[in-house]
Amino acid sequence: MANLIEVENLSRYYGKYCAVNNISFTLAKGAVVGFLGPNGAGKTTTMQMLSGNLAPSSGLIKINGFDLLNAPLKAKRSLGYLPDIPSLYKDLTVQEFLHYCAQLQGITKQAIYPIIDKTVERCSLQTVSKRLIANLSKGFQQRVGIAQAILHNPEVIILDEPTVGLDPIQIKEIRALIKELGKDHGIILSTHILPEVQETCSHVQIINNGKIILNESIFELNRTMTQDCLQVITRSPVDNTILLSIPYVTRIEEIAHNRHNIHYSMKGNPTHQIAETIIAKGWGLEEMTPIKKSMEDIFLALTQVES
Amino acid sequence: MSVTLVIATREFKSLFLSPLAWSILAVLQGILGYLFLNQVETFTLIQAKLVGMEGAPGLTDIVVTPLFSNAGIILLLVTPLLTMRLICEERRNKTLSLLLSAPISNSDIIIGKYLGTLGLLLVIVALITLMPLFLLMGGELDNGKFFANFLALNLLVAGFSAVGLFMSTVAGHPTVAAIGSIGILLLLWILDWTNSIKDQRSELFEYLSILRHFQAIQSGQINSMDLCYFVLFIATFLLLSIRYLANERFQK
Repeated sequence: MANLIEVENLSRYYGKYCAVNNISFTLAKGAVVGFLGPNGAGKTTTMQMLSGNLAPSSGLIKINGFDLLNAPLKAKRSLGYLPDIPSLYKDLTVQEFLHYCAQLQGITKQAIYPIIDKTVERCSLQTVSKRLIANLSKGFQQRVGIAQAILHNPEVIILDEPTVGLDPIQIKEIRALIKELGKDHGIILSTHILPEVQETCSHVQIINNGKIILNESIFELNRTMTQDCLQVITRSPVDNTILLSIPYVTRIEEIAHNRHNIHYSMKGNPTHQIAETIIAKGWGLEEMTPIKKSMEDIFLALTQVES
Repeated sequence: MSVTLVIATREFKSLFLSPLAWSILAVLQGILGYLFLNQVETFTLIQAKLVGMEGAPGLTDIVVTPLFSNAGIILLLVTPLLTMRLICEERRNKTLSLLLSAPISNSDIIIGKYLGTLGLLLVIVALITLMPLFLLMGGELDNGKFFANFLALNLLVAGFSAVGLFMSTVAGHPTVAAIGSIGILLLLWILDWTNSIKDQRSELFEYLSILRHFQAIQSGQINSMDLCYFVLFIATFLLLSIRYLANERFQK
């Protein structure tokens, strides 16, 4: 199947400063790619280039098969974009604004009102659709921005930090919406909230200093995380050699007095045996906590190695 | 083409959402109404003397032409205020990316914005034109000359707004755009003044001066050269704006 987005050797310089350095990736239909990176990593620059707001210094961008530089109108037809600061005309009502956006996208007159109604419902904006955007809260404004991006049912949706400023319930709703949209669209979303990627995305790309340092599916990523870890607190000192002899245990590190992190391979789960051994030896088990290796760890490990 | 009209309509309506358009309409109408009454007053005072004169100036010369000349000068100061926000404020409010990521070309954006503002300026010109029309109730106007004045003022505001739009595309702040366009327009307006010093005539300056072409049409001689001047003038600034907007993506 053809890719919705093809990016080849994309670079962008601001003067001598290189914001995006020779990146390449593709986005297939049905994929939700999480674009992850610390501040100033080049996320927004990349998104601005994908949306045609910024010309790349070099490289090629194809959206739905059309070159963004040579056939910009055709390429942009299949593009919905939510910038990091939503583009909203604050002196319009939600309804008027969406109507204008629909007209800009070239939606025919007959189709405009059903499409607006559907989008308003999807983003749960029914209660505010007749109010001025300027008077809405940040969360609602963000949702109007998202509504604008998905209004014309584009094949590719680019969302720059879509859940900023939303309350927890709204975040949940928006994540559900993104997941649903991801079924028959291609979505790129940038964020620095790591659980968001774990929850909503099918792929993850970590970008740092303008380079992509990780590009994998969430499934692959979880598989490569073969190590798991248990934190054990005991009353008296433990004998490491005995614990290491338990199957699957790979490494033990002492992090404080009588407090150990026991790493084990995820091929098996030695928790039960570890507990039995400690009790049998009379070391006095006080606490046993599984430590989930999260996206944070991977993220920190990768970005710190790079820098 | 239809997208151009969508942007133009939006722009035209947006102008009326802020108090700016309303206050400009009110102030202009007040000042020009006063000037108009002044001219009518002058006419009634010297009317008796004019009767005996051979080839004396008529009602149109005494009332309409000065009114439209003054309107031209006032609009020179007002148009930049209307045009300063066109692109500049979109850029500052980050709404420009909505237009840039929509499937529309740069010329759609620029021409749409241009037509939107021009719409308001044409409303202003229409309101100014209504005033002398009331004279028809008690007198007669030189229709040809009246139309020439109307045409001249329309072409003038069309030129003014093209410059204003260009400055709004270039400038980073609306006030800078306004000052810039007032500067350019005023310069083009007074460019001709060196010619009052004899032996220092410059044909180039004479051709470039807006005032000269404006007055030429106002006098009732609708010359293709003057018309071409305005068409070229507008086209140049619109093309420059489109080019500049295209460059936007390469800068920063």
